[in-house]
Amino acid sequence: MKHLVKGMILSAVMATIAAGHAVADDAVRGGTLITVLGSNPRTLNGAVQSGIVTGYPTAQLFASPLRYDEDWTPKPYLAESWDVSDDGMTVTLNLVKNAVFHDGQPVTSADIAFSVDVIKANHPFKTMFAPVQTVETPDEHTAVLKLSKPHPALMLAMSGQLMSILPRHIYGDGPVEAVKTHPRNNENVVGSGPFKLVEFKNGEHVILERFDDFFIEGRPYLDRIVMRIIPDIAARTIAYENGELHMGAFESNPQMVNRLKKVDGLVVTPEGYGAIGPLDWLAMNTQRGPLKDVRVRKAIAHAVDKNFIQKALMQGTAADSRTGIHPDSPFYHGDVEVYDVDLEKANALLDEAGFPMQDGKRFDLTIDFGWPGVKPQVEYVRAALKKIGIAVEVRASADFPTWAKRMGEMDFDMSWDTVFNWGDPVIGVHRTYVSDNVGKGVWSNTQGYSNARVDEILAMAAVEDDAEKRKALYKEFQTIIADELPVYHTNTLPYHTIYSDKVGNPPLGIWGTSTPIDMTYLKD
Amino acid sequence: MRILQSLLVRVFYAVILLTAVLILNFSLMYLAPGDVADTISQSMGGADQEVLDQIRADYGLDQPFLVQLGRYVGGILHFDLGYSFFYNDPVTKLILERLPPTLLLVFTAQILALLVGVVLGVISARRPNGIASHFVTMLALFGYSAPVFWTGILLLIVFSLKIPWFPVAGMQDVTIEGGFLVQALDVLRHLALPAVTLASIFLALYSRLARATMLETLGSDYVRTAKAKGLPDRHVVYKHALKNALSPVITLAGLQFSAVVSGAVLVEAVFSWPGLGTLAFQSIIARDTPTILGILFFSALVVIVGNLLTDLVLRMIDPRLRGRGA
Repeated sequence: MKHLVKGMILSAVMATIAAGHAVADDAVRGGTLITVLGSNPRTLNGAVQSGIVTGYPTAQLFASPLRYDEDWTPKPYLAESWDVSDDGMTVTLNLVKNAVFHDGQPVTSADIAFSVDVIKANHPFKTMFAPVQTVETPDEHTAVLKLSKPHPALMLAMSGQLMSILPRHIYGDGPVEAVKTHPRNNENVVGSGPFKLVEFKNGEHVILERFDDFFIEGRPYLDRIVMRIIPDIAARTIAYENGELHMGAFESNPQMVNRLKKVDGLVVTPEGYGAIGPLDWLAMNTQRGPLKDVRVRKAIAHAVDKNFIQKALMQGTAADSRTGIHPDSPFYHGDVEVYDVDLEKANALLDEAGFPMQDGKRFDLTIDFGWPGVKPQVEYVRAALKKIGIAVEVRASADFPTWAKRMGEMDFDMSWDTVFNWGDPVIGVHRTYVSDNVGKGVWSNTQGYSNARVDEILAMAAVEDDAEKRKALYKEFQTIIADELPVYHTNTLPYHTIYSDKVGNPPLGIWGTSTPIDMTYLKD
Repeated sequence: MRILQSLLVRVFYAVILLTAVLILNFSLMYLAPGDVADTISQSMGGADQEVLDQIRADYGLDQPFLVQLGRYVGGILHFDLGYSFFYNDPVTKLILERLPPTLLLVFTAQILALLVGVVLGVISARRPNGIASHFVTMLALFGYSAPVFWTGILLLIVFSLKIPWFPVAGMQDVTIEGGFLVQALDVLRHLALPAVTLASIFLALYSRLARATMLETLGSDYVRTAKAKGLPDRHVVYKHALKNALSPVITLAGLQFSAVVSGAVLVEAVFSWPGLGTLAFQSIIARDTPTILGILFFSALVVIVGNLLTDLVLRMIDPRLRGRGA
């Protein structure tokens, strides 16, 4: 009762402060959210590590300059306002005045400059801040990013888990490269996010508690977050179902998703992963054997039934995808060439390409897969291509590194693959298609695809500040990709957020849980 | 004196064996294609070639085989099992942290399996053709042949989901506050299902062995004599026969100990039990060479020390063994 009254008063106060913010009206302060991580995070510091497992805790511990709403509109966070110069070469961030780190020190422009250096030196996505030459700090609350070329991708790169602002006075005690293994990445972590670290116990849990001096008045709503580490899918499913977990994200197992959809009191939704942008596809090595010929790749597309993959293998949980850009992205252009199942056409294309059927067979290919979950897909491809005379051998890999090595060195014909967009196309899309990234490790341009026009379009799109012109460029890019098929896009990876109906305002923006959950609350 | 000498010889062999284990494991891990830089990049959603090269350089993975091996062996000589690239922690710390939960699980399961196994074995031996006996045999067969992860998930579905008595995963509920007793009870609640799951395999083994040896003992002369003297049946079975029937079971339990530990790997994975098994499982998936090697080295050490101790104890108990050399 006391809680309730307190909560009511608080939410009334907050409603006044947040003036018109719909969420605050019924939000309640207090409570412990029990949530889950599907594997052990390597580090809690998002400035030196990407990935969805680190993303969840890091976005609570560290604040970033911007945040995004569900319509892909940038919103103030550590930066109360920002300005991009007309030539696109200067981005000015005006920081909020009252932000402090968990140790009470103020967040200043020097911390922004330091964090950019750390991220440039350690973060795996080099394209995010590569054009940032220097960060000037005319005063404590103004950071000016000087660019070598216009860089529209910077906006998304300054949000979510991609740009954790670190306190220089803590992490700046050695060279920036050394932050990668800084002892305070995993314990005594200090950021300026809505929650501070209580305990990270390897293999067991991450416990966070409310940071009372968080710079957004009245937030966060939760007192505590317990992130349990449960790698086993069956155990997680049962824990959601019997109420041990309030919320979890990035669940893509179709059996789990469909089972939990039927449970009373649970909400299961695919919303909120647009910027993560996870895509499943059939990769084809365009530099090897018959696959060099675009007609062969088209024939394969005509023989593989996407509908079967989406409806039967993914049990209806996955959405269609046609281009390298996730369907939820504002840059998505879905009106491209599609490949309906048409064996006659496929056979004709193969004949035309000079691979006649002899004794029921045209040629051999191999197909790889990197993790057991997608074995049904490759087995299906094998069966489907048999019908058009392509004998496919499925090559299993002992583990992920084995597969990653094959991919990285382009030692494969076809493979099932899952790749993420990571916000702006510059960060997660270009890498698969630009010709200067051929065969540079797993998730580079492992298909050996090379098209001068694509290189040109993507280079132009990377520096185009005008949103409409940029969109037009990506439209042309997607049309070419769908026509030339270095990869055949089949479906989105069906990430789902699962939450109990006790949870108010779960994070369903564009970054999944790789975003501050300062507005999430527990009802009652 | 003799015992000391033979002990020294055993220790010498043990060191050679450990070195061989070390070099063999290291070579096997080195030969596998791909490395931890790939899994690190996987956990990061992909990385530029530059970043991969940097990771390899940071961890010395770009060095030739002999250099890497030399560094590793050198580290071990300083009691340093290396640094886990994947967990960003020293391997020794990781192993020591995970050891207590595993020991708790393994000992509980072992004791549970022994107690229940022997009781079931004795019950069925007393009436070898009774219904109880058939039931025990069936249960034993089931426990022995069902894959342990399947048993685990089945127990989870029944006792966590349908009848929510026990928690699904982990070792502790961090939201529970209270004194030692409350915390201990909470751990016990978490321990119940994994311990029963792990015990189920060995329970079968022990109950079958207890049944067989008990049957044999019950047919022996001294038992008949005891019965002829007019001792009560219960007295004969539990006081005289059981004592003798027990020793092979205990010997087997000692031998099975390493099997229990390896069985724990799967059980821990199913219940997210924060022990060595989970660590081993996850570091194998992550190709975290220092951690895998550390765990293998540690296990080899435990087995060798265990064997040495068993040897010593047997020598003390059985005078016949003392005469022989090492």
